[in-house]
Amino acid sequence: MLEGDVADRDTFPKLLARNARRFGARPAFRHKDRGIWHSWSWAEVEREVRAYALGLSRLGLRRGDAFAILGNNRPKLYWSFAAAQWLGAVPVPLYADAIADEVGYVLAHAEARLAAVQDQEQVDKVISVSARVPRLGRLLYDEPRGLRDYDHTQLVSIDDVIADGRRALAEDPTLDAWLDAELAKGKGDDVCVILYTSGTTGRPKGVEIGSGRAIGAAVNSVAFDRLNERDEVLAYLPLAWAGDHYLTYAQSFVAGFCVSCPESPETVQENLREIGPTYYFGPPRVFETMLTATTVRIADASALKRALYRYFIGIARRYGERILNRERVPFWPRLQYAIGRLLVYEPLKNALGFSRVRVAYTAGEAIGPDLFSFYRSLGMNLKQFYGQTEAFILLTSQTDRDVRPDTVGPVIADVEVRISDDGEVLYKSASQFLGYLKDAERTAEAMTADGYVKTGDAGFFDAAGHLHIIDRAKDVGRLRNGALFAPKYIENKLKFFPNIREAVAFGDGQDFVTCFLNIDLTAVADWAERNGVTYGSYQELAGHDRVIELLAEHVRAVNRDLAAETATAAAQIRRFLVLHKELDADDGELTRTQKVRRRFIAERYAKLVDGLYGTSKTVDIATEVMFEDGRKGTISARVKIYDLASGEAPAELAAA
Amino acid sequence: MTDASVNVAAGETLLAVDGISLRFGGVTALNDVSFDIKRGEIRAIIGPNGAGKTSMLNVINGFYHPQRGAIRFRGQNLTRMNPGFAARNGIARTFQNVALFRGMTTLDNLMTGRALKMNRGLFWQLLRHGPAMDEEIEHRRVVEDIIDFLEIEAIRRVPVGRLPYGLQKRVELGRALAMEPELLLLDEPMTGMNLEEKEDMCRFILEVNGQFGTTIALIEHDMGVVMDLSNRVVVLDYGRKIADDVPAAVKQDAAVIAAYLGVAG
Repeated sequence: MLEGDVADRDTFPKLLARNARRFGARPAFRHKDRGIWHSWSWAEVEREVRAYALGLSRLGLRRGDAFAILGNNRPKLYWSFAAAQWLGAVPVPLYADAIADEVGYVLAHAEARLAAVQDQEQVDKVISVSARVPRLGRLLYDEPRGLRDYDHTQLVSIDDVIADGRRALAEDPTLDAWLDAELAKGKGDDVCVILYTSGTTGRPKGVEIGSGRAIGAAVNSVAFDRLNERDEVLAYLPLAWAGDHYLTYAQSFVAGFCVSCPESPETVQENLREIGPTYYFGPPRVFETMLTATTVRIADASALKRALYRYFIGIARRYGERILNRERVPFWPRLQYAIGRLLVYEPLKNALGFSRVRVAYTAGEAIGPDLFSFYRSLGMNLKQFYGQTEAFILLTSQTDRDVRPDTVGPVIADVEVRISDDGEVLYKSASQFLGYLKDAERTAEAMTADGYVKTGDAGFFDAAGHLHIIDRAKDVGRLRNGALFAPKYIENKLKFFPNIREAVAFGDGQDFVTCFLNIDLTAVADWAERNGVTYGSYQELAGHDRVIELLAEHVRAVNRDLAAETATAAAQIRRFLVLHKELDADDGELTRTQKVRRRFIAERYAKLVDGLYGTSKTVDIATEVMFEDGRKGTISARVKIYDLASGEAPAELAAA
Repeated sequence: MTDASVNVAAGETLLAVDGISLRFGGVTALNDVSFDIKRGEIRAIIGPNGAGKTSMLNVINGFYHPQRGAIRFRGQNLTRMNPGFAARNGIARTFQNVALFRGMTTLDNLMTGRALKMNRGLFWQLLRHGPAMDEEIEHRRVVEDIIDFLEIEAIRRVPVGRLPYGLQKRVELGRALAMEPELLLLDEPMTGMNLEEKEDMCRFILEVNGQFGTTIALIEHDMGVVMDLSNRVVVLDYGRKIADDVPAAVKQDAAVIAAYLGVAG
């Protein structure tokens, strides 16, 4: 097995060298360009990375320097990690959709020495903030388009850096030995990457991950899911997200599987179908989007197809998960399920690109139980894990055939988890971070006195030893009458409806619960088309009376659910409104990983929150928005407030 | 763009129209219009509705035949242009109302832009083998470069009838580019687009002009776009030319303000 083999491989470039020997001819990276999939074997990647590392050192990159990486998933950006690590430099990935100011902050904070970016858009961002990064040398780029008229004393293409390294190697054979020596200098306690957390409050923090620790964690998880060099993944998650670095970079280097990079962010769905990954990760939002798109398309299909879909999805919902868990299922439903596979499940999975998926994960946010079960009932081995950037990254993970939608599974190997007295989840892990870069104070704040790391999440263990995560510890509040108010719990119930893209619930310290809703443009626009609702803009659609009435039905359904349980009955939604604009990371309303920043939203839309707890039927608001290029504009709107109590039998709410 | 307008204006004339008059029965669409297009410039034609802008483009690519006047293209005098000659000699265009094959995919639409450059006969094309296949692969390569350039990878296989209007306009530009034109005529390339799509389109037009050196004549209503993009502007009003200068000067011109900008602004 891998274990003995990687015992002395404590850095990623050393693993690369091993992979080049062991799986030399097997594909390591693929990339679709100009309509054609190109691929590189492990041996080729090693040669490229060697030359790249030498080229970087000739540009002045030294051991310990920070090397910023900014762009979408492209092979040369992944190689940039390995090339920097080869020299003992530290890669610092940034989110491709970060605005210039955020890029400037991270480059300055990490004191980046060089940066490799994808294209003109990213070059522009870095140039616009270069005054804040005095140490920054040449700027490397991958795609030359649009850069013809730029000052090329500042710019150099990654291809040219690699070519320069290759030329130098050809001229001076002693450099090969020098590269080998550089490789050997790498140690397990080196910082192998600095991952900036998007952070729900304050400036992002640079999480320093140790090389040996990261590889140790990946070795465990690769063994856990029996990943090997024949697996396939599609890399489409942000490079700067710890999850991508773990699932794509660390695990592929350990297991030797092939990473395919999509042609562009817009073609991910199509490329997923072409590659047919065997191992897949998607945040709940992606699964939700896919299900919404499927539901919408089925609604447009012929009557026969609709009937088939309804019937067999019904069968799958009843028996699919039990069959997946290898429980006892009678013969007749088993046969029906087999027919369903042939007619519906497999074709559907094929259309989604999941035909060959052996292991799939979701994490990052709680996933709706119905949504989660839907994919599992199709026979897809979808599981949840729970983790944190600071833990790099897994803490708990569900095992095959022991999966329940409302838990995140038992604690994994080399991790210890404890629940604090006020319900917060604490851990110690063999792969946990070394500290926050240049921030001993916040590093200390993140730890308990006895050396556990705080997650900031509230949770509990059940009798089976599975961890349940309820909400962010600081977000769990109480209504004025003392009833429990867990906003995320309510929001997740709302978001299960395809028409609702985002929900933000309020109620802490108030008399009753209220919420903001965001429509899902795809689903609601489709509904509008079929129901003859005309509109000219997102704002007009979101403010349409019939749309609001449509969402009110969903809110009533959630209230019925909440009323069914004594613990949540008091937390029914009394008043809500539909926001006039989509919550957006560029405006700071969502984190880069698309989580709502509740406090920020409550402050920004204080006027609307006041309206919800007032008596008026409409509120006027003007909101400043930020475009991707950093310019600002204003959207003003009159937002209607829907009062469920007035239209409904008030007795029901009063009784609750 | 001002520095570019200086050196382009001094350059060689690619196309000149001289004393063009065009009548439909009693209606005079163009009345004694003359101007030139220099090699490598972006030339805007503006004017109020019904000023004769589209008629002018139709005269340039030979779709309409003027009653009076002449066209000089690459130094060659032509009393009448015709669309076939125009297409074979490197004049490509897009239309005010998108004119694509709606049932065909983006890729196939772009491939039709290569039709004039296919040398093998129908027989070989039908066999799709040997030299015809080599030729098709070569054309496909050019088309893929255009797809990459216009960032339309995601709609390669989508029938254009299903695409939103802004993307159809982009595909139409792509088909015109597939002809590798020397002179590109764009008839209102930004109509019906939102701000972001307009910005993208401006970027593409500047890149086509800058990177491939393609000469561009465009009709556009968005004054901001015209002033940003073009090196020189011709202003038409009721079929007459009322101004012809760099954007900054046109903006100040009293006749133009009266005819057009005053109304719009």
